[in-house]
Amino acid sequence: MKLDVAHKVVGSTSSKSQAWMATLFMMSLGFALLVPLHAALAAPAERGWLDILAQWAPLIFKGFCLNVAMSLVAVVLGTLAGGALGIGQCAQTVWVKRISWLVTEFFRNSPTLVLLFFCMYLLPFQVQIGPFEVPFPAWAKAILGLSLSKTAYVSEIVRGAFASIPSTQWEAAETLAFSRWQTIRMIILPQCLKRMLPPWMNAYAIMIMATPLASVLGVNEGLTFTRAAITAVGRPDMLTPFYLYLLALFFIYAYPISAWTIRLERRYAVRS
Amino acid sequence: MNTIAKWFHGLYDTTGINLSFIYDSYDRGRFLAGIQLTLELALICIVISIAIGVIGAWLQGSRFRITNALVRAYIALFRNTPPIVQLFFFFFVVGHFFTFHTASGVFRLSNLSWAIISLSFYYGSFNIENFRASIEAVPEATIQAAEALGYRKYQIYFYIVLPLAVRFTLPSLANNLASLVKSTSLAYVIAVPEVLYVSSEIWSEQLNVTEMMFVILFFYVFLVGLLVYAMHRLEAYLRIPGYSEGA
Repeated sequence: MKLDVAHKVVGSTSSKSQAWMATLFMMSLGFALLVPLHAALAAPAERGWLDILAQWAPLIFKGFCLNVAMSLVAVVLGTLAGGALGIGQCAQTVWVKRISWLVTEFFRNSPTLVLLFFCMYLLPFQVQIGPFEVPFPAWAKAILGLSLSKTAYVSEIVRGAFASIPSTQWEAAETLAFSRWQTIRMIILPQCLKRMLPPWMNAYAIMIMATPLASVLGVNEGLTFTRAAITAVGRPDMLTPFYLYLLALFFIYAYPISAWTIRLERRYAVRS
Repeated sequence: MNTIAKWFHGLYDTTGINLSFIYDSYDRGRFLAGIQLTLELALICIVISIAIGVIGAWLQGSRFRITNALVRAYIALFRNTPPIVQLFFFFFVVGHFFTFHTASGVFRLSNLSWAIISLSFYYGSFNIENFRASIEAVPEATIQAAEALGYRKYQIYFYIVLPLAVRFTLPSLANNLASLVKSTSLAYVIAVPEVLYVSSEIWSEQLNVTEMMFVILFFYVFLVGLLVYAMHRLEAYLRIPGYSEGA
């Protein structure tokens, strides 16, 4: 039923609206590129909004790169932990199943901002590993907090995908003397990967949208630098360009991902 | 009440576990006010975002290309930019232009209003997709059967399509609303005194960060769990016996 709905969503995407969306994408790309271009070409005498934005744009972009980097590390951690939890949710041992379910539900129901606060306040700022004192900076805590909510998403995706595989396959594997782990690794997972990809990418898109929350922890990422730039410039008319620039950066990064997700959903959709 | 308060004060004295929002009447008052505001914020956003979803899905189904394109652009823009930046954008940028100087003083919308507007628009964009997909998921054969039985167009819509679409949409709507309730904590960043903000006030005064962190985390887990449970109950209540959507 869910797959059917997804199919219907993309099925009605006309080429005309795709062209419209491409225009929108190109416009924001143009805006983002215009800024550094203007910095290179404009005369330094006048200080219009574009000059000021061009001056600060590299800093905001640097911050945005940290957003992307944090999301990439968090997605790896979250996928590993979530995959393990998801498989745990389908375990035969009752207590493994219960605990995996409980952990998943807990992190699924807690807001990312609260998880970030949790990591920020309750984790030490450095850890003692043997003789070394390893610092545990805010950005690392942010990555941890982000990957916790990703973990819950992935766990649910894995559970859902496992449930979508007909139970006869498990039974067939059992008659062929596959062990439980072999069945998962060689029969169930390969079939699931395709089904898990679109929702996994959706979860990634949601997570990259959560990375600016790290500015609350004082991580020097895109939003923090944007607000710093606004404060430093101190002109209310600069609010709009600065925020639009940051929004454009995110849109340019996220839109191709979501468009690609929709294409994959269409390709893997179960025809009814 | 007094004995409970006394017990928790005793707990603080003996173990150091400081749950000041239970024994201290001032902290208790503002914590409860924070919970109330979170619930109000969540409820208002749920209603508005569903309304946006219904209107958007209706506009997308209309004959006019321009409305369709506008709705698509709105969905793409809101879904592909971070909600926290949207919130700042609404609060600082739109809020800046939305300030009017009248004879009786300066008129501007409150922080709470901007949080409601921002969150509703963000989750409304998700609802539009859900609702439209559910309406389109109603089988063609069912509609044709209704036509064969002599139903009029509006009758088909209200008696056949909508009742089925509402049932199709519930699972994804439940997910979306759960995300919305969690996201009400975002209002913290523009100083709306909802439960997270109030807790941060309490922990900076009482220095009981650990306790408050756990309390707030369990509060949200409980609240979202309650919503998910209610949606499940609604789904079970509306389920048509013997009707399988896949068929």
